Amino acid sequence: MSQAEPTANVPPEQEPSSDFAVRLGAAQRAGGLVVPVLTAVLAFLAGGIVVAATGHNPWTAYKGIWDGAGFNWLFHVPWDTNTIHLDAFNLSQTLLTMTTLILVGLAVAFPFRCGLFNIGGQGQYLVGLIVANWVGVSFASWPTAPHVLLGIGAATLAGAAWAGIAGVLKATTGAHEVITTIMLNWIAIWGGQYLFGQGGPLQNTYNPAAPESGTIAQSARIPVFWGNSALQGLDYGFFVGIAALFVFWLILNRTTLGYELRATGFNPEAAEYGGIDVRRKFFQAMAIGGAFAGLAGALDMLGYLFQFGVLDVQASQIGFLGIAVALLGRNTAIGTGVAAFLFGGLLYGTTRGLNPNVFDPSLAGNLTSMIQGLIVLFVGADILILYVWNARRKARLPHILRPEPEPGQ
Amino acid sequence: MSNHAQPWGGGPRSLQPKTIAVAGSVLGLVAFLSAIPPFDARSPVVPVVFGIFALAAGIWALTRGVRRPGLAAIASGVLGIALGVLATRSSSGNLHVVFAADLIAQVFVFSTPLTFGALGGMVSERSGVVNVGLEGMMLMGAFWGVYGADKGGSWVVGILAALLAGGLFALIHAFWSIHLRGNQIVSGMAINFLALGVTGYFFEQLYGQKNIPAGVSTVPNVAIPGIDNLKYLGPAIGDLNLLIWVAIAFVPLSYVILFKTPIGLRLRACGEHPRAADTVGINVYAVRYAAVIISGLLAALGGAFLSIGNGGGSFTENMTEGRGFIALAAMIFGNWRPFGAWGAALLFGFSTALAFRLPVYSASAATLFQALPYVLTLIAVAGVIGRSVPPAADGQPYVRQ
Repeated sequence: MSQAEPTANVPPEQEPSSDFAVRLGAAQRAGGLVVPVLTAVLAFLAGGIVVAATGHNPWTAYKGIWDGAGFNWLFHVPWDTNTIHLDAFNLSQTLLTMTTLILVGLAVAFPFRCGLFNIGGQGQYLVGLIVANWVGVSFASWPTAPHVLLGIGAATLAGAAWAGIAGVLKATTGAHEVITTIMLNWIAIWGGQYLFGQGGPLQNTYNPAAPESGTIAQSARIPVFWGNSALQGLDYGFFVGIAALFVFWLILNRTTLGYELRATGFNPEAAEYGGIDVRRKFFQAMAIGGAFAGLAGALDMLGYLFQFGVLDVQASQIGFLGIAVALLGRNTAIGTGVAAFLFGGLLYGTTRGLNPNVFDPSLAGNLTSMIQGLIVLFVGADILILYVWNARRKARLPHILRPEPEPGQ
Repeated sequence: MSNHAQPWGGGPRSLQPKTIAVAGSVLGLVAFLSAIPPFDARSPVVPVVFGIFALAAGIWALTRGVRRPGLAAIASGVLGIALGVLATRSSSGNLHVVFAADLIAQVFVFSTPLTFGALGGMVSERSGVVNVGLEGMMLMGAFWGVYGADKGGSWVVGILAALLAGGLFALIHAFWSIHLRGNQIVSGMAINFLALGVTGYFFEQLYGQKNIPAGVSTVPNVAIPGIDNLKYLGPAIGDLNLLIWVAIAFVPLSYVILFKTPIGLRLRACGEHPRAADTVGINVYAVRYAAVIISGLLAALGGAFLSIGNGGGSFTENMTEGRGFIALAAMIFGNWRPFGAWGAALLFGFSTALAFRLPVYSASAATLFQALPYVLTLIAVAGVIGRSVPPAADGQPYVRQ
């Protein structure tokens, strides 16, 4: 009858199992770590089986990829000068790839927290790349700092606007963001080929036969802090990528906007009932996600690409990898960072970093796609992974997780 | 809302303005066709007259409340006048390069993988499972099709291998979507990545630098006696690949199955209201499994067409190059219906075929033209010209109780 009564009833119900509740909470928190780790391990195992089945040694293949990614550098003793330069270079390239992957991963993760699936990272990345190239080629008389900042700012806004189209359509007409972002990807891909192609508005001025963009001015290039700037060293954009992880966490967990976005993601109807303008949140989530992808395009263009061609537009796939990065990272800041590091190493270690005598890079590059696919597949089936994990744990710790017998049994 | 969702209107009352509107759309097309070979009207008056009739028909239908076809007729009229007048201004030589009779054959060539994919996607989504993995299933069909044709020595083996590969990946997608109740878009994208990796890996492993040997058995063309020698019809449809005809035959077939048989009714019930379907004794899981696997088989046929159909027994990494996504777009643009999807596939195929010929006018404009299918689909889902509405339970896992 009084309101105090139900609350008074709760503790006695929980009391006998308070130890259980604590341990269950710990187990669930561990599950947040266990599922992604198990997912990655399973995917690499399955990839290794394919490698073994086709007559290669999976151990040497993975070792080659590990070396190619420059991970050895992390375990190097400083006086070993034999390979340390190559390892350092490889690691710097892995970190360069990681920067891009962090941002395209956040482009997927951010809208995901609001219940939206942004498949359009690739298109938003390309739009950022194109705008950064345009800014970098133009305004050549500017000093470095404002030129770089203008390029980054314009590209970020362009990425936000491109994703914002999908957000607006979702908010106003209810058009599914997966469909619209897929379409926007392809419009960006063909648009990029048009802009950089022969006779296109952004084609270079010095070689009309080459379907490539112009090369950005020296003043638009982000300075390098590790390695040789002539050999594609690691630029300060890396810290922007790391900072973006923090910004992502800050917006989501420490602002009203983030709270409203997460509330919308949990249950749009309840959020609407609670006074949140859900349609506005859809737009904001997509636009902020797109801003991350546009930023990725800017850092790549101003950091080390400097120019882009029609063939590069066709071959570019890195935006799609953001999906795997975000899903493996469980759409959290730290998770995305770790997953981006893993995929950065995998991507670089299977392509240019890989010693072709150890494992054929044309096979290894496809191995990356396979592992990427398997990881996304396994993340999509976390029920399966959790089931396997729990079954194993149940066998080991029967007194913790054995379910209560159902009344009917 | 439900009115335009019916096949061809309800009774005779709504049939009338709708027929006029469809006739208007055709007139708009005629306005454009009149100015290009083989008709070659050189005076702008001809397309303008046809276009005005199309506009009139559209406006008349619109005032009778037939919104979508009416607007389509108006759009068709405007486009017909614009393109027709443009064509009369263009040089006759260029026109004959762009609109040679084999353009029609090429439209079929480009639209066939899209038709297979769009029909496949439609079957899956009508049963309530979103399939963004069409691209991957198509790619699997393309590679294993050519592998089977090479090792088995016959294109029949190639087709079987393609079906097996596409069906296998569809089975994965089905298991993930139906039994594990995972996010269907996630597993669809996973299929795409996985197919890219698997086909690329095995292509490099099995063929590598050697490439696929010349003379792989390919699906034959069908020469139609009596037509193949005619002046315009001959190059257009006289000698098309067998798979093109198969794709065309699947359009009415899927329409009949989906809308005129109990099987189709069950399938659609699972996509609209699975609980209701379950209540009347339909096995929702079984129907969805079958639908997703059929969609994989169809997509694989589209892929096989690329490698051993029109491709002459070849394969390159990522051969489908987004055709699975255009097929998805065609399905949406066609409003999840067979003839709509086919019409969209033809339109998108036409825009691709045209893009390969437009460089006689401007190379860069031709590139931009390739984006047209995606822009049109974006407009269609945004609901500017009548909304595309998916099945009600599309993408929602079903939990049996």
